[in-house]
Parts: sequence; C-alpha cells; structure tokens
Amino acid sequence: MQLELVKRDAPSSKMLVAAPFMALGLTVLTSGVMFAVMGFNPVAALYEYFIAPLTELWSVYELLLKAGPLILIALGLAVCYRANIWNIGAEGQFTMGAIFGSIPPILFPEWTSWATLPLMLILGMVGGALYGGIPAFLKVKFRANEILTSLMLAYIALLILDYLVRGPWRDPGGFNFPESRNFSDEQSLATLEGSRLHVGILIAFAAVPVMWFFMSRTLAGHAFKVVGEAPRAARFAGFSSKVLTYAALMFSGALAGLAGIMEVAGPIGELRPTISPGYGFTAIIVAFLGRLNPWGIMLAGLLLSLSYLGGEAAQITLGLSDKMARVVQGMLLFFVLGCDTLVRYHVRLKPNPKVASTPTASEAADAA
Amino acid sequence: MLLEFFSFLRELASFFVYIFSPTILPGVLVTVVGSATPIALAATGELVVERSGVLNLGVEGMMIIGAVVAFGVSLGTGNPYLGALAGGFAGIGTALLFGFFTVYLASNQVATGLALTLLGLGLAGLIGESFVGTPGVRLEAITIPVLSSIPFIGPALFDRDILVYLSFAIVAGVSYTMFKTRVGLILRATGENAEAAHALGRNVRLIRMGAVAFGGLCAGLGGAYLSLVLTAQWTEGMSAGRGWIALAIVVFATWLPWRALAGAYLFGGVIILQLHAQAYGLSIPSQAMNMLPYIATIVALVLLSRNQAVMRRNTPAALGRAFVPDR
Repeated sequence: MQLELVKRDAPSSKMLVAAPFMALGLTVLTSGVMFAVMGFNPVAALYEYFIAPLTELWSVYELLLKAGPLILIALGLAVCYRANIWNIGAEGQFTMGAIFGSIPPILFPEWTSWATLPLMLILGMVGGALYGGIPAFLKVKFRANEILTSLMLAYIALLILDYLVRGPWRDPGGFNFPESRNFSDEQSLATLEGSRLHVGILIAFAAVPVMWFFMSRTLAGHAFKVVGEAPRAARFAGFSSKVLTYAALMFSGALAGLAGIMEVAGPIGELRPTISPGYGFTAIIVAFLGRLNPWGIMLAGLLLSLSYLGGEAAQITLGLSDKMARVVQGMLLFFVLGCDTLVRYHVRLKPNPKVASTPTASEAADAA
Repeated sequence: MLLEFFSFLRELASFFVYIFSPTILPGVLVTVVGSATPIALAATGELVVERSGVLNLGVEGMMIIGAVVAFGVSLGTGNPYLGALAGGFAGIGTALLFGFFTVYLASNQVATGLALTLLGLGLAGLIGESFVGTPGVRLEAITIPVLSSIPFIGPALFDRDILVYLSFAIVAGVSYTMFKTRVGLILRATGENAEAAHALGRNVRLIRMGAVAFGGLCAGLGGAYLSLVLTAQWTEGMSAGRGWIALAIVVFATWLPWRALAGAYLFGGVIILQLHAQAYGLSIPSQAMNMLPYIATIVALVLLSRNQAVMRRNTPAALGRAFVPDR
C-alpha cells in the first residue's frame, strides 16, 4: 500500500472546520487507550479530564482564569505564524513582562495610586515587546534563525527571574523564601467576589474580536498574511519584511508580557521563581488548534485550559499522574497538524504499483 | 566600581590559571568530553536529517525520550548496554512518528517538530515519574590500553564508555558516507532538490524517512548518555535545552559533520567552564553562569548567520520544504 496525496484545487472549507474536531476526536480516542493501558477506566478518566471541570462553578472560573493567558499569548503568536515568523519564546516574553511590570510594586512599594496598576500593565507589555524585539533584531540585522534565538532567550529569561527573586528582589521580611514582597490591593487586579477570577480575563477575551478585526479587516493585518504566504508579492506591494518582522515579534511579545504581568498581579500576587505552568509553550498548541484565527484561538484556549484542569482533577480523584496533561496536549498538536493535511490534499491509499504489476526479482527467480 | 571590576578580572584570571593547572586540567578535559558527547551525537543525527531536506525541531523531545527509556531499561534489566540500545530505538520510534506526519502527510515541519518536543517532554515526564530519586545503572568505561596513558588526552578520550567511542565513529562514518559514497550523494541531492531526485527515480519519501530515523537513533543515544553516564539518574527535563543547542550547532557547523563535532566540544567546554566557575566560587550569580551556554548559542548563531555567502553555499536548498510526489 502506498499513501498518496493529491492536491486540492482550493483548500476545503468543510475540512477547515472539521479538521480540529477530528484531531480532538483522535486525541480523546488515543488518550482513552493510554488510560486503559495505564490501568485506569478510560471512561472515568476521560470524564475527569474533559467533563468534570465544567460541572462546578468554581472550576469554570478556574477554566477562564487559565484560558486568559493562553488566549492572549496565542493571539500574538498567530500574528507571527501568519507572517511565517516562528516565535517559540513566548514563555520568555511572558516572564520578562512579569518582571518589568513588577518594577513599581517591588522597587516603589509605597507608591500606590490609581495609576499604579495601569503603569504595571504597560510596563509588562513594554518588557515583553522589548524581549520579543531581540530575536527580531538578530533576524533582521544578522539573519539569525528566530526559532533558536527566541527559545534560548526563554531559558535566559527564566534564569533572570530566578536570580531576581532569590537575590535583589527577595522580600526582606519573607524568611528567606525565594519570593518578592506581596503586591497590595492597589498593585493587584480586582477579582470577582469569592473567586480568583480577575479583570485581566476580560482583557484577554476582549482582545479576541479586536484581533479578528485587525487581522481580517485592516491593511496592516493583511500585510502579515501576505508576507507569510507570498513573500515576493509582499515585496511588490511595498510591505517591508523588516518592519513586519519587528512588528510581529514585538507585538506578540507585548501580548505575552501583558499575560505575564496579569498572572503576577492577579492570581499569584508576587514574583516567584516559577510563575507559569508552561503557558508560553502551550499557547503554541492553542494557536495551531485555533487555526491561527482569533475565534478559533478562543475556543482552543478554553480547551487547553480544560486539559490543565482535567489533569489536576484526574490526579486528585483517580491518582492519575498530572504529567498526563502535557502528553494529551502534545498529542493534540500532532493530530491537529496531521489533520491539516486533509484541508489541502485528498489523502488516498493505493496499492503499490510495482508490486501489483511486475514480479520482483526473487519472485521471478522462484518461478524459474 | 572600577576597583570592583579589576578585582573581578583578577579573580577571573586566577580561575583560568587554576583550570589550566596540570593537576586540574586532566579532570576538566574528562568532563568536557562527557558534556560534549550527547550534543555531538544529537547534532550529527540532525545534520543528516537536514541534509535530506527535513528540519526536525523535535531533537529535544527525542533526546529526553531516549534518556528515560535508556534509564528504565537498564534499571529493569541491569544491563546499561541494553538500556543504551533501547534509548536509541526509542529515539527511532519517536522520529518515525514525526517522519510519518511530515514526510508522508506533508505537515508543517516546524510545527510538527515543536509538537514532537512537547509530546516527548510530557511523555518522558510521565514514564519517568517512578524513576525519580532511584539511582541508575552506569555505563562503565572501556579502557583502551596504551592510548589511555597519554597524558591529558588519554584519560579524556581513551578511558571512556562505548557511547563516546561511538560518537566519534558516527561522525567519521557520516562524513565519509555523505561525501564519498553514492548513498551520500543521493541523500544530499534529496535535500538540495527533491523534485530532481524524484525525477531520477529516487524514492524521496523513503530516503527522508531513513534520514529522520537515523536522526532519531542519534538523538536517542545522546539522551541515553545523559541518564546512563552523565548523571546516572533520572530527573525531569534533564535534557535542559541540549537538543536545541544541537540544532544550533548544525547551523553553526554549516552542515559539515566534523565541524559539528568541533561545535559540540566548544559548547561542552562552555558548559563545563561555567560549572567549574561555580564550584570555584567566582563572584558571579550562579544564574548568570547557567545562562552562558544559551548566550553562547545565540552569539554563535549571530556570528555565523551574518556571513551570508557561507550560509548560502552550505544550507540544503530544500530544507524545511515538504515534498509531495505528483504520481
């Protein structure tokens, strides 16, 4: 048998919608098999993963809380990926946003005014944008591959954060724990009564229609797509690939940075050595599962957030390792990319022509 | 301020004097080889993959899977050689998964490679959960008589485990095969112009699958080295970006095997230097030291990429582009 791909005349619009759902179905199926192999009842485990977190109000809040940063980061990444710029260092930009945004509450703890929080958010975006600007600079100026530089910078950012909270930014009254001082109310995002849900989540969800409008209804949004899909055409149209490289990386850095400071000024409330359960990497999956489309990203962000919660829930109720969540997430991305093939190609299985028509040398020898 | 800087420079100078003193240097060289070997293995494998026109960003994922499987199998059987072999095969398995998606389903290579890394890190964490804190089985050294008594390089190069020797053999074998044999010519042709190779009757997809599998084998063995020799225990995320450094080394080496080996030793040196500097007590924050390999990677990429003539001459022309045969 031979696998044959026949290019479609135009991308299939049916498959465009169906592929992510097929990928989800395959992921559920495969993880069910894995649960069974690991000795768990697959139905119960799948229920814990994908349904149980939706049955209680507090866990729906948690779902939104975790979806916020994923959506925000993925919206920025989608702009990059549309322009064929492979920013995979969002985790670093997230961290740098958290560090920059924490400058007012940590270095000027006494300064509390209505302007404190807005300044923190702006600084967070600036930090992320500057950090995203480094791979842009290295790419434009030296043609250094942004995949590798942005990832190396992510490792570096995590070490900078680690240094700060164990060194100069450690809480003087914190019994030597590697934590900064706690942020006061004026330095934190307001939360919904009785939950950890904060106003930053509104910003994340509000960014979805804004990004949709920007990408599909403005010339600048169009420019990113053209430079990614047809770089030559982009040159003829006068779009500068240098400007777009800076714009895409700094913009996605700014969104990741905003997500970072909102995480710190929201549910965490201080700087710590670890402030993200890999949001910057999971957002890559969100961006692809959402087909780089803002509305799709919103749904995908909710789904991936569900997988984090499901992982925690299954660990508590079934004793299933929380490491499984990352396996499910990785599998999902694999299947999404595989199913994407169906959008552009007809996939057929054909009998191998050589075997079917002519006997092989050994068969001929046997016959003789 | 200036005074502090000078005293730091003096400290740095005395550190280098210490490192290169005849009593310390042999030990340093031994550790440099240890830290370079896994990177050299992974980089050489990825080099072959990229020469066939496929960019596999999943090296980190394949390495960590190799590490955890090698650890588990050697623990279970008590035989580290079986462990290393299993690590290599685990690398091949994950690579074939990547290959099926990118080569046969023509999926986006960059994104699929990332998926492999994410899946590999997750899966390795899951498999290795029960191994945390368990001492592993170490792959012992095979001493080569006479050569191992050469001062300085003898203990570093000729009193080592089989994977170190294998890494040199693989580099030599790849270099020879790639530039002196028909197979190598076909491999490079596939990476330069898959359409032309197809038109000449070559099975482009099969060749690429073979290269991807070889890359997986090398990354898996590199991972096995981490958990069987370098630390002989399992810790989550123990590959610590080495797979990504290997990817950078392939670019740094302009797709030439011996240069990749040299690059791996350069980076191995950087990693060891910062470890020794921390142990020596240089007054630099440990985090700044830990950054050094990552900063070195960026610097190396920048220095090399700015030379466009060299890059254009050596980059496989079809790198990263899916090939779909029309018939």
